[in-house]
Amino acid sequence: MSMWEYANPKLFMGWTRPVLPWLFWSAGLCLVVGLVWGFFFTPNDFRQGSTVKIIYLHVPSALMAINAWLMMLVASIIWVVRRHHVSALAARAAAPVGVVMTLIALFTGGIWGQPMWGTYWAWDPRLTSFLILFLFYLGYIALWEAIEDPDTAADLTSVLCMVGSIFAILSRYAVLFWNQGLHQGATLSLDKEENISDVFWFPLLVCIAGFVLLFIALVLMRTRTEIRARRMRALQARAARA
Amino acid sequence: MLKVENLTCARGGMPVLSDVGFTVEAGQALVLRGPNGIGKTTLLRTLAGLQPAIEGEVDYPEDQGAYASHADGVKSALTVAENLQFWADVYGQSDVAADVPPGGTAGQPPTAAPDRGFTPTRGRGLHSVLEAFDLDELRNRMGGTLSAGQRRRLGLARLAMIGRKVLFLDEPTVSLDRASVSLFVDWLKAHLAAGGIAVIATHIDLGLDAPELDLTPFKAAPDLGGGADEAFL
Amino acid sequence: MIALLLRDLRLAVRAGGGFGLGLAFFLIVVVLVPFGVGPETELLSRIAPGILWVASLLAALLSLDRIFALDYEDGSLALLATSPLPLEGAALMKALAHWITTGLPLTIAAPALGFLLSLAPDAYLYLLISLLIGTPALSVIGTFGAALTVGLRRGGLLLSLLILPLYVPTLIFGAEAVRRGADGLDPTGALILLGGITAGAFALMPFATAATLRINLR
Repeated sequence: MSMWEYANPKLFMGWTRPVLPWLFWSAGLCLVVGLVWGFFFTPNDFRQGSTVKIIYLHVPSALMAINAWLMMLVASIIWVVRRHHVSALAARAAAPVGVVMTLIALFTGGIWGQPMWGTYWAWDPRLTSFLILFLFYLGYIALWEAIEDPDTAADLTSVLCMVGSIFAILSRYAVLFWNQGLHQGATLSLDKEENISDVFWFPLLVCIAGFVLLFIALVLMRTRTEIRARRMRALQARAARA
Repeated sequence: MLKVENLTCARGGMPVLSDVGFTVEAGQALVLRGPNGIGKTTLLRTLAGLQPAIEGEVDYPEDQGAYASHADGVKSALTVAENLQFWADVYGQSDVAADVPPGGTAGQPPTAAPDRGFTPTRGRGLHSVLEAFDLDELRNRMGGTLSAGQRRRLGLARLAMIGRKVLFLDEPTVSLDRASVSLFVDWLKAHLAAGGIAVIATHIDLGLDAPELDLTPFKAAPDLGGGADEAFL
Repeated sequence: MIALLLRDLRLAVRAGGGFGLGLAFFLIVVVLVPFGVGPETELLSRIAPGILWVASLLAALLSLDRIFALDYEDGSLALLATSPLPLEGAALMKALAHWITTGLPLTIAAPALGFLLSLAPDAYLYLLISLLIGTPALSVIGTFGAALTVGLRRGGLLLSLLILPLYVPTLIFGAEAVRRGADGLDPTGALILLGGITAGAFALMPFATAATLRINLR
């Protein structure tokens, strides 16, 4: 039984080429419009002042940090089941983007919390969960880098991603449990589900859209680079054999 | 019976041999020949199930395969007897039934000694295996103190303990002196006579009178599709 | 399968320091902490559960990267893979051997070290119970990490990076159980959750480990 499916990287390179500039431009547009609108054209919140506007960076980046991992999970499963090479490379490509999103979420989360907590960092359940997610990303990237054979690396990192996803979910609930503990203290909840009026909501949507487009554009671009790297490997192997 | 059809095997993503096919009947051996690097090890590993094939079919009675290579899995901190007993336990062979009593030799009348023939589904007892491979004096020596040849003999003795019918052997006689080689060949002949099969990659002449298969014609074309990197070009 | 377990235990004992090394490391880490944070009893008593649990994690990590590496290098792993023993079972036995040589001695020694850290008297029982329930999870999760890094030369550090995030839930519930015990509260909730994670790990990880070993044996 043949377990080898022929990836069609050529097709991928073909359709991403014209699409990519559009993606970058629309991402840029959304981001500029959304951020300017959000930062400068919305009223200050009566309670949290003007620093609350950091949510226009924090919420989209936090969303993308999680979605990047989900995308990696789906891509890993596709690789394991269908052996579609582009899928494995896309997962690899998405990881650093996810790391950066997580870092942005962490920093902006600290900035948001500072007026309330008096400090830039607190072991709040959400921030802590993102810190753990950051560590998962690091491990995933490190494993890709450590294994020489690309297909073995793809297989191992896929298993890691799947196992890690289960533990990431477990950690989320463990951290909630851990933080509530005895020391009820301040409900340090940066709850997104607070009732946000439309005035704030629309620019937020635009920012989220911008981040999503940016993520897709970056992942596609990085995947193209990974494909080129593999091509180079194949050409070098051919030259070595000749 | 071992049947191989249309087999393409790969190592590290690169196809190594393509379209390999042969049949080995019970009681027969097949010797693999070819220059270094042609893919004898890859083929044996694929047959043993350690490596997935790109294409093709391998057919032999389920659970009857066993693999042996130069990495013989001898543990330095275990004695010779302990090493063998471990594998006997893993393969579910107990150390009693087919054992030749200590002091029993070929000179004993057949009725007094248990069947010295090799039964394909039960390995021989520990003592008789140690004797057959001339390891009896070494039975309580630590694996780490053995010479290369002794370790090799121990690795081969494992095959006698586990009682599997279809054997895939990769260079079994490396480090063995002539006397040891003939011990091994004697045991192998008994294994074949009892209905076993052996596929052996070796550079020397074992004196087995077995068909040989030269792997050179099966060498895979380098740009045969399916190689991991090749798919990107 | 028992044969594999017994063999590994025998090898661990004969390799010298099989049971002792992890234990010594545990002791050293715990002893270092007061030097780091100061000898004030009240402080030590408050952080004792956490310290003991973190030290257990680190001690468990120590011997993980050799679980499969030795067998991989001398070829026994490939031979085990072609044997009638299912690789999942082999993974489980390896984890069990690791627990018996590391987690179990740790668990037994922990109360003595808790004494050094002025652990509250009510907490000792829960320390024992939580470690007893939690350290098997550490072994079985760690075995998965060892399988991932089995072919690598300097796999130890990468192993730590991969495994420690996976240890977080066990650490949280384990330490929390001891803390609640120390404060005189009911730790049952934490212990049950801890047990759930261990049970889940035992159900899932052998399969993940076996799949990983097969990939690495190719």
